[in-house]
Amino acid sequence: MPIKRPVLGIVLLLLVFIGSLLLLPFLGLEVISPQEVLSGTSDRVNQIFWYLRVPRVLTGVLVGSVLALAGLTFQAVFQNPLATPFTLGTASGASLGASLYIWTGWSISLLGIQGITLFAFLGALLALGVVYGFSQLKDGMSTTTMLLAGVAVSIFFSSLILLIQYLSDQAHSLRILRWLMGGLEAVGYGRLLEPLPFAVVGMLLIFYHRWDLNLLAIGEDLAASRGVDVKRTKIMLLLVAGLMVGAVVAIAGPVGFVGLMIPHICRLWLGSDHRVLIIAAILMGGIFLPWCDTLARVIVAPAELPVGIITALLGGPFFLWMLVRQKR
Amino acid sequence: MILAAHKYCYTVQVGARRVVPLLQDISFSVQAGERFAIVGPNGAGKSTLLKSICRILPYGQGEIRVAGKRVQDYSQKELARKLSYVPQAVLRNHGFTVFEFVLMGRYPHFSPFTTITSNDLQKVNQALEMTGMLPFVQRRMDTLSGGEQQKVMIAAVLAQEAEIMLLDEPAAFLDPYHQEQVYTLLEKICQETQVTIVEVTHDVNRAALGHERILGLRDGEVVFCGTPQEFMRQEVLYSIYGKKFELAKHPRNGRDIILPEVALCQ
Repeated sequence: MPIKRPVLGIVLLLLVFIGSLLLLPFLGLEVISPQEVLSGTSDRVNQIFWYLRVPRVLTGVLVGSVLALAGLTFQAVFQNPLATPFTLGTASGASLGASLYIWTGWSISLLGIQGITLFAFLGALLALGVVYGFSQLKDGMSTTTMLLAGVAVSIFFSSLILLIQYLSDQAHSLRILRWLMGGLEAVGYGRLLEPLPFAVVGMLLIFYHRWDLNLLAIGEDLAASRGVDVKRTKIMLLLVAGLMVGAVVAIAGPVGFVGLMIPHICRLWLGSDHRVLIIAAILMGGIFLPWCDTLARVIVAPAELPVGIITALLGGPFFLWMLVRQKR
Repeated sequence: MILAAHKYCYTVQVGARRVVPLLQDISFSVQAGERFAIVGPNGAGKSTLLKSICRILPYGQGEIRVAGKRVQDYSQKELARKLSYVPQAVLRNHGFTVFEFVLMGRYPHFSPFTTITSNDLQKVNQALEMTGMLPFVQRRMDTLSGGEQQKVMIAAVLAQEAEIMLLDEPAAFLDPYHQEQVYTLLEKICQETQVTIVEVTHDVNRAALGHERILGLRDGEVVFCGTPQEFMRQEVLYSIYGKKFELAKHPRNGRDIILPEVALCQ
């Protein structure tokens, strides 16, 4: 059967994924040895390992895989390689929601979901709704126009975030700023559990639609003629991906470019079949972000960089490279 | 009657107030196994009609029935088991392989929780064999020529196993050699399967020689429906295209054909 290379790729990714999951908690400014952890004699080591590093790596895995999968989904739905949670304004929508929540100083929760997540959801869905609305407004609207709409939404929301920051007192303003840089620290197990159901259900739902993603990628007309209910499927997928992004952005801030880079590398390496790509993007996103985060922790030691800065530094040039590549 | 339209209308909104009718009171019917052509000048509504039938476009007013049932009463997936669609040969840069692309033709037969069955693989294999694309199975679609891509497109609709094949200028943009290849392939499909063909074409000779009945559209309305013999008359052609055609007999089979026009330089 002709799916050899993808299968090999998935196996390799899975091995690296498990490997980095096992290795990364030991790495950091202070390298901890497995014996130190297993012996359990040092409270300090225990504390660092189990309560700081392990949850942090797990958060990285969750956030990275969700952002990568959301990017993959957006790219297939909008049939454009530059469609990501960021270029479409979803992440800035979520950020606006979260900033608004921080600014109000409220502390609410609903059904065990914290207020900041709820606000991030609303923001993400608002941004997606606006961009999707635009794409429905004119029949056959070019993807360029749609991306520009996303950029416009992004800039508009960013300005609103600046306005909120301007209006906030110093403490809130600083919290918003720090949150916007994107980071995985101090999340802890409790907050980690909150986006987990959204991530897991979202991943399953997107995998359930794997063939729809394939068909949407070859064009909406063909997809419809092969039996895809295009409109319903697109809305469904955007909703799922948007909620996933909202959920992880709420705990980690807008960590940029993961949703752009990872799906592309997967596609270049493993082809176009979403049966493979969905799994590959989840794994690769879950490898990439924790490594970036580990780098962020040690690169300017003893200080720590927000991981969003690392991914943006890698992602900016990658984005430009994509643009040049697309022109050819 | 496998496909029938009765007073079907389709309008689009242009700007805030203006509503433009693209199709008005379209009525026709196609028998099972028939080869049916749709012709007309640019903008007559041919593609709109095809896309309305397979519900790529939202449903308009009036009635289109497939196998006796109104198209809007089918789910999209059920409809795809009745109707398949081949668009114009347009290069699209997606990275799927020929195998993956043809396999996607099986979509209406998939159930979401099961994986690909051996039956699916067999159908894909047969379709590739029939179109002669088996040697290309592992090639990426975007490395194929326009003619080869179009054959893969046809292989995919064969794998789809729908009773009616809607083709929107399947040989447009192809050179004469590849045009003939595509037409020969369609001929072969007609002979070996019971499929009904509805083909939009700009090639008047193709419409007359390759089909049993022809529907002529102009400005969104039906101006002609009949056999090739009835079609190949100057006044009929004039009513459809608004232009005079020179007719001649085919040197071998004696059937009417239309002479190509060339602007002559003295």
